[in-house]
Amino acid sequence: MTLELPPYGDFLGIAVDRDADGALLFRMPFGDAVVGRPGFLHGGAIAGLLEIAAVGTLRDALSVEPGASVKPITVTVDYMRGGRERDTFAAARITRLGARIANVEAFAWQEDRDKRIASARMNLMVRRG
Amino acid sequence: MPDAPPPSLQDLDPQIVGRLIAGLGHTGAIGTRYITHGDDWAELALDYRADLVGDPASGVLASGPIIALMDITTSLAVWIKRGAFLPHATLDLRIDYLRAATPGHSVVGRGECYRLTRRVAFVRGQAHDGDPTDPIAHVAGTFMMTDEA
Repeated sequence: MTLELPPYGDFLGIAVDRDADGALLFRMPFGDAVVGRPGFLHGGAIAGLLEIAAVGTLRDALSVEPGASVKPITVTVDYMRGGRERDTFAAARITRLGARIANVEAFAWQEDRDKRIASARMNLMVRRG
Repeated sequence: MPDAPPPSLQDLDPQIVGRLIAGLGHTGAIGTRYITHGDDWAELALDYRADLVGDPASGVLASGPIIALMDITTSLAVWIKRGAFLPHATLDLRIDYLRAATPGHSVVGRGECYRLTRRVAFVRGQAHDGDPTDPIAHVAGTFMMTDEA
């Protein structure tokens, strides 16, 4: 099943696919819309990719429940490395999906999945339809 | 020959820097605007745009553009407090959403650098969508100076 991204995901140029295990994999190309200081990705664009990955993965998990919606409460982003002029990938893992709250972690990397450029923890409110 | 550093890097007019960075790259693409600044703080705005929406059902802006707004607003506060437009990197940024931004409203971000050391800047800020006493988000973060070895 494909995941529909919000307008902001299209604005960032994000494409979504599934890896061999069926987990969602998000890819953001480098371009003028995501550049920060010359030669580097903007931290806000990296945060945006992490948010799209976290919320998208959660929405995907909730897709079996029609009418469910999610709303971010807190987002904490840690930056480990500067993002360079190339594709950036992201994936997320749901730590816990409760009745009202979901805890989600998202990770971003470029060439090597083990060398993260940033990660985010999101706590989201879940409303069931 | 005086060995003064190049003026473009050291001389800081926060208004010019604010207008410059607001219009460049990612912050330019999301449409941030410089508003005003003080000794250790700056205010920038982000106008509502349909292509920045995170939840099509409600029309509420995504979290990402607000993080980007607060990142650049607090960055400008650091440059103002340092008195120099020198590079730094975001170490971490936490944002608490107190309520959803109202669809159609511009978001105003105010960032403050409340502590500056040689290598680290500590920042905090708030975002509102019309009424500063009713903020939509609070942020806290740190930046690492990248011009120091």
